[in-house]
Amino acid sequence: MALNYYQPLFEVIRDKERCIKCQACARQCANLVHSYDEELDVMVSDPTECVDCQRCVSICPTRALKITDNPNTFRRNSNWSMQIMTEVYKQADSGGVLLSAMGNPKEYPVYWDKILLNASQVTNPPIDPLREPMETKVFLGKKPRNVKFNKDGTVNTDISPTLELSTPIMFSAMSYGSISKNAHESLARAATELGIYYNTGEGGLHRDFYKYGPNTIVQVASGRFGVFKDYLETGAAVEIKMGQGAKPGIGGHLPGAKILEDISKTRMIPMGADAISPAPHHDIYSIEDLRQLVYSLKEATCYKKPIIVKIAAVHNVAAIASGIARSGADIIAIDGYRGGTGAAPTRIRDNVGIPIELALASVDQRLRDEGIRNEVSVVVAGSVRSSADVVKAIALGADAVYIGTAALLALGCHLCRSCQTGKCNWGIATQRPDLVKRLNPEIGYKRLVNLVHAWDHEIKEMMGGMGINSIEALRGNRLMLRGIGLTEKELEVLGIQHAGQ
Amino acid sequence: MLEKEGQIRIPSGCAISGFISRDGKRICGDRIVKSISYMHDRSNGLGGGFAGYGIYPEYKEQYAFHIFYDSNDARVETERFLDRHFDVVNLSRIPTRKHPNITNEPLIWRYFLTPLPTKLASSQLDEREFVAQCVININDRIHGSYVFSSGKNMGVFKAVGFPEDVGEFYRLDEYAGYAWTAHGRYPTNTPGWWGGAHPFALLDYTIVHNGEISSYDANRRYIEMYGYKCNLLTDTEVITYIFDFLNRKQKLSFEDIAKIIAAPFWTEIDSGKYSESEKKKLKYFRNVFSSLLVTGPFSIILGFDGGLMALNDRLKLRSMVAAEKDDMVYLASEECAIRAICPDADKVWSPRGGEPIIVTLNDK
Repeated sequence: MALNYYQPLFEVIRDKERCIKCQACARQCANLVHSYDEELDVMVSDPTECVDCQRCVSICPTRALKITDNPNTFRRNSNWSMQIMTEVYKQADSGGVLLSAMGNPKEYPVYWDKILLNASQVTNPPIDPLREPMETKVFLGKKPRNVKFNKDGTVNTDISPTLELSTPIMFSAMSYGSISKNAHESLARAATELGIYYNTGEGGLHRDFYKYGPNTIVQVASGRFGVFKDYLETGAAVEIKMGQGAKPGIGGHLPGAKILEDISKTRMIPMGADAISPAPHHDIYSIEDLRQLVYSLKEATCYKKPIIVKIAAVHNVAAIASGIARSGADIIAIDGYRGGTGAAPTRIRDNVGIPIELALASVDQRLRDEGIRNEVSVVVAGSVRSSADVVKAIALGADAVYIGTAALLALGCHLCRSCQTGKCNWGIATQRPDLVKRLNPEIGYKRLVNLVHAWDHEIKEMMGGMGINSIEALRGNRLMLRGIGLTEKELEVLGIQHAGQ
Repeated sequence: MLEKEGQIRIPSGCAISGFISRDGKRICGDRIVKSISYMHDRSNGLGGGFAGYGIYPEYKEQYAFHIFYDSNDARVETERFLDRHFDVVNLSRIPTRKHPNITNEPLIWRYFLTPLPTKLASSQLDEREFVAQCVININDRIHGSYVFSSGKNMGVFKAVGFPEDVGEFYRLDEYAGYAWTAHGRYPTNTPGWWGGAHPFALLDYTIVHNGEISSYDANRRYIEMYGYKCNLLTDTEVITYIFDFLNRKQKLSFEDIAKIIAAPFWTEIDSGKYSESEKKKLKYFRNVFSSLLVTGPFSIILGFDGGLMALNDRLKLRSMVAAEKDDMVYLASEECAIRAICPDADKVWSPRGGEPIIVTLNDK
């Protein structure tokens, strides 16, 4: 008999008095944790495959279920944690690279939580968004260096292609393939209703969604999946994906199990084949090559669409951003190390990249020092968890934020971080038709709209407290921020003062 | 020890007043002193100042620099700098009158300058930009030296004290100009530094301001990309630079600048009250110069060569009154300051938030 070197992470606790044996849990669990034993007339569970997605807990009509951490422990060791030991056992079993999903869950500092906001008292009145106008509209794109005048002396209002957002929030790149068609439809419809944008990710665009083109950012990644003329022409903007916060230095990764017929058509690749994007774009080995791709895409879209360049937040992000700002790109998107993913090597997800707060602060400052901050807009991602994070990001210098994980949470995701298995019980990160249909886009899009509306209102409340009635007066307004419990060096990088100063 | 202006950002409330004779009649400086004195309670004795336009007709072709020095060393170093860059047509101490309420004065000097043609040519800058850069250089680099006035045929006079005392100290009754502005300051936590008093000036632009802008750091970090250095950390300084940038460098009219600094709300832009081309322009401004939108309460009077402009924040969170009498236009935080020197105005009104009042000389 084989030895079990490691134990299930979770324990299923069923209250037998509450359980009515309706078997809903058994039907709902794609990991086959629950089953009904007819002979003994009992519900049984095997937690081995449980990922703690909370689907069974949520669906149980009598609230008879709880998933908890497995109380079984290895002998405690501050150096060799149970997780690290388990990973060693797994790799000794399989000989493979460890895979994970979603953002870096480790206990690194979350700088958003170490920054506090200002409010007006006495010398300057706070403003109430329920009584006074309060504005959150933003534009993304390149601004002209100097005002030009027409021959008759009037201001020439021609401007580089621009994205107009009703509020400074967009849905991050999540490919069709990594997430389901219903998830994509929810995002597309919500973006349209909200007057913002969602991002196709690198998996192409399903034909059914071309109608949402005016609110769609189409992505061009190193694998070039699904990139062709119609695709580029349909989007409101084109994003070149150079990197991703969850896995800087490597390309996209979609397991073959998720590549079914529609996905294969949309991506223009064979069914069942792993879709692994190259780590670099093979036509971009340097910054001057990026410039050529930026202008190729501008040519292909007749200079009508802004070009976004998305990079992962890495150590020398400020210098890279400065190069991108001079490459002709209209918008830079920076993705922090907490950014989500459908699949990434665990070691890379957990150890590569830097926090978005620090990356944003140094990029914004560098672009200003070089006098080129108006050449590009800056969008940040990975991870923005609440309206307070949005406000802090804008005050540090971002023009807008991308939200990915928060959007998936709105659709039901419980962050079990198992997207790579393709067995998402919430119908989000799966392609199995029986699972996909669990996510109703009609409901999904409304939940996304609700979320963004709620955040927008909270942003206005916080701005009003600061006596600011338009979001542009908040952008880069670091005097509105104070650090708490930060070192001199951290404050210096963030460009803010400590609380009490 | 308390930090002084520039080491710390200090919010302050204030009183402002100003007037202009559209016919260009030269009016004695004691009028503006009288006007501002009626708003005594809006200041707390920690700063007062004046700007007069048309006061140096005998030197109207030269840039008049007014400089505070902390020490003779600073003066010597600054004068070396001036000699390298300018032809110094005249220099002297600014005449003052001892006043019991005005103490701790720095050395206060005045220079009438013309840029050296060779220096100017080799800098490849236009004359005004050359002068502006020299001012920013001195203020940023020479310790203990502060240029607080640098335009032609105009001058700023300011100090720590109540404005009426500052006016007497500088003997403003001996000057006459076609336009004057004044400021009384109510800072909340400063020992008071002469350079931190208002008006703030660059070239012929002067600003007196009442308010505390919530957009300060957004505005500052934007404008500093264009070679300005906000050394004082005051609202007035950054607003002056914004005007200089938009008017002198971007060549936008004062009407258009008001649409940037106190931009109409989107609901108003989309309300149908503007023509299509005006709507396009407003949208263009709010996109391109979004970082120059000034929020929070403010009322300002901008002085410039040949005119005055008054502007309130778009919610009108600070008081401002205007009045007209014959060729005169008066602007002030409170009506009493106008009534004090013009008891029988033809028209008195409160300009709306974001609605500029721009008055220029009839022959300009």
